[in-house]
Amino acid sequence: MIKNINFLGKPSREKFSLFVPIGIFLLSLGLIDVVFNSFFDVNITSFFPRGLNYFTPLIFGFLGLYYLRIEFSGNKMLDKLNININSNWFNSILTLLIIFVLIQNIPPLLNWLIIDANFVGTTKKDCTDSGACWIFIKIWFPRLMYGLYPDAELWRINTSFIMLITLVVALFYIPVKLKKYLIIFLIFVFPFIMFNLIHGGNFGLVWVETTAWGGLSLTFIISVFALILCFPIGMFLALGRRSSAPVTRYSSIGFIEFWRGVPLITVLFMASVMFPMFLPDGVYMDKLFRVIIAITLFEAAYMAEVIRGGLQALPRGQYDAAKSLGMGYWRLHMLVILPQALKLVIPGIANTFLALVKDTPLILVVGLLELVGMIDMAKTNPEWLGLATEGYIFAGILFWIICFNMSRYSQRLEEKYKTDR
Amino acid sequence: MNLKSTDSSIAGFFTSKSKFRYYLPQILTLLGIIFIFGYFSYNAQVNMDNRGIDFGLRFLGEEASFDIQFSLIEYSGASTYARAYLVGFLNTILVAVIGIFFATILGVTIGIARLSPNYLIAKVSEWYIEIFRNIPLLLQLFFWYFAALRALPLPKEAINIFDIAYLSIKGLYVPKFVWTNFSVFFISIVTALVGIFFVFKYARIQQEKSGKRIPAFLISLGIFIVLPLLTFLIGGVSLTFEHPELKQLSKTIFNYIGGVAIIPELMALAAALSLYTATFIAECVRAGIMGVTKGQKEAAASIGLTPGQILRLVVMPQALRIIIPPTTNQYLNLTKNSSLAAAIAYPDIVLVFAGTAMMQTGRAIEIVSITMLTYLSLSIAISVFMNWYNKKIAIKEK
Repeated sequence: MIKNINFLGKPSREKFSLFVPIGIFLLSLGLIDVVFNSFFDVNITSFFPRGLNYFTPLIFGFLGLYYLRIEFSGNKMLDKLNININSNWFNSILTLLIIFVLIQNIPPLLNWLIIDANFVGTTKKDCTDSGACWIFIKIWFPRLMYGLYPDAELWRINTSFIMLITLVVALFYIPVKLKKYLIIFLIFVFPFIMFNLIHGGNFGLVWVETTAWGGLSLTFIISVFALILCFPIGMFLALGRRSSAPVTRYSSIGFIEFWRGVPLITVLFMASVMFPMFLPDGVYMDKLFRVIIAITLFEAAYMAEVIRGGLQALPRGQYDAAKSLGMGYWRLHMLVILPQALKLVIPGIANTFLALVKDTPLILVVGLLELVGMIDMAKTNPEWLGLATEGYIFAGILFWIICFNMSRYSQRLEEKYKTDR
Repeated sequence: MNLKSTDSSIAGFFTSKSKFRYYLPQILTLLGIIFIFGYFSYNAQVNMDNRGIDFGLRFLGEEASFDIQFSLIEYSGASTYARAYLVGFLNTILVAVIGIFFATILGVTIGIARLSPNYLIAKVSEWYIEIFRNIPLLLQLFFWYFAALRALPLPKEAINIFDIAYLSIKGLYVPKFVWTNFSVFFISIVTALVGIFFVFKYARIQQEKSGKRIPAFLISLGIFIVLPLLTFLIGGVSLTFEHPELKQLSKTIFNYIGGVAIIPELMALAAALSLYTATFIAECVRAGIMGVTKGQKEAAASIGLTPGQILRLVVMPQALRIIIPPTTNQYLNLTKNSSLAAAIAYPDIVLVFAGTAMMQTGRAIEIVSITMLTYLSLSIAISVFMNWYNKKIAIKEK
């Protein structure tokens, strides 16, 4: 095919000034065709037969790129272009297709999302049909963040999360000697403070029942508590799985494989409908707590596997050296093995936490309303019908920002600890 | 002196430090497990006595008396709970298989595209992965189901795909295959596959013996086309299509009748699962291909293998060894994630059994346990198979 169209000769460096203008002209012809077609609804190549007309931008672009494909042209920009997006005919077609698809789709999308979108107003009637109705998000924003938590008490959620963030940030900057105490405080004391602050009922705080908790803050409450609680359990399970005692080993393996083998949704069903049957008559446990316990056990199994990976990565010499100093099992693990193993698996722990945050929306199947659940509720409100798309896109963007940054962070950690060893 | 005898005596059990330390935690663990199970089952017994229900699986034989929107096998309200369970189970398997199929194709394509020398392609694939991997699956599922598929036209203005399939808000309607003498056709396919197996085996033996190459691929393609064709000509097999047709059900309600209806729940679930899982498979594929060192390809080229042979005989076997274990894990995740179906009312095992059936019978313990055991056995079956397969393809050191 290429030989037939090649009446000008192979594009070469000698004829640089002939081929480059032809190439650029044809390529821009193709691009202009697409731009006119998709923005102004004008078809400048309508004199071609219908079947051919459809492919004209592709044909023009293809020829343009073919004439531009000059090896070692001496022009730095052109060489870079050729290497990156125009190395052979197959690549050039793919490049053109991607460019055309982007030109056709991104402007309408931006129009809908931002340019034609509605930001001003208070009801659905203020929205026009041409763009997204962000008023919906604006009005429901407090609900999407805090669920049905009373407005007057919102400062309690804010304070606890600001405290949490401050403590975690402080962890990176305080002297090493104090770090240990801060971690102990963060793991063993802080959860109770945070819980008390949000739950209330004493110290003059109004009691807020857990059914009122919701929105994005619930996602984080569940994730933070489950992460903190699943950590020690996962550690013991990992040690148990590597123990030489058969009962300990097999019960750990059984526990881990059981939780890893079932989907979270069945675990949540178990927590919400099956577990109350196992409690003595008259004893009632809050649904949110049952769900947190279930998620904790579920994540503990995954955490155990992550930590086991760290334990296996340590060389045998570490065990032998510690034993030769006369250390027992617990001293050996607490002082020598675990500190090293945990450092190795920090990226793995970050990934587990990421998976945990992504899994929490599932709690809506048992009737707890975090962000996705709140949107589900908002979109069925008679005054705001038909705005599901906006809601899901908003939640998607929010979750994406959180998860993307977390995954980037864990990748950075991974690289950092890779070079350490 | 006689350390051994004191060690094994009862007194020695408590004085000997190492044995004490070996057995005590185990005994405590065992007691703890027995205590928890005992306590829970005692409470469950008391609770069930109070409510007047007895533990057992006899309810499985009772009439279910609820309808299921979508079923692969015959089912009606008069069927038993066991039948309803089977319907749900098959629906789960169906969506898992569809999801795995598309996720694999998409994942492999994206994974290879990410390594493309073309800057644009590599970037687009990278952003595809970053976007779809970092949004919760449930949210994606809701987006497809409540936002994207709800925007489809009504059956009256359905999107016509080459007069073969019709896409509307009620789902995708495709023609149904109506076979006569299907068994003859099926037998011919099986025979063809067996024949192909022997052709390949013969070709390999011939090549190892004499170095001659037999065009095994062309021969087997011929067998695969000719044998089933023969059944149409002389075996009395015929195939007709039952096309879906637009019917007016009432003054304003139109719908397609006939053909096979693919319900929107299934489409949304399959789309969400495969788009989400494909990102993880793509990363596995990328890691696998990058894991094969350049030297391997150069060495293969230097002994005169063609590019196709290099890919088939040198790169792929090594890359697959890296790709397959994490990819299986992703298949397993996809199967488990298919339980999200319950959130959009696709009748899978969770919705049919742990949802409707439990609501009707109130037998929480039995039903949740059966559901969990089903998933557990699926997981164990897949991982046992994969361990066997891994062992088979692992490097055999001499």
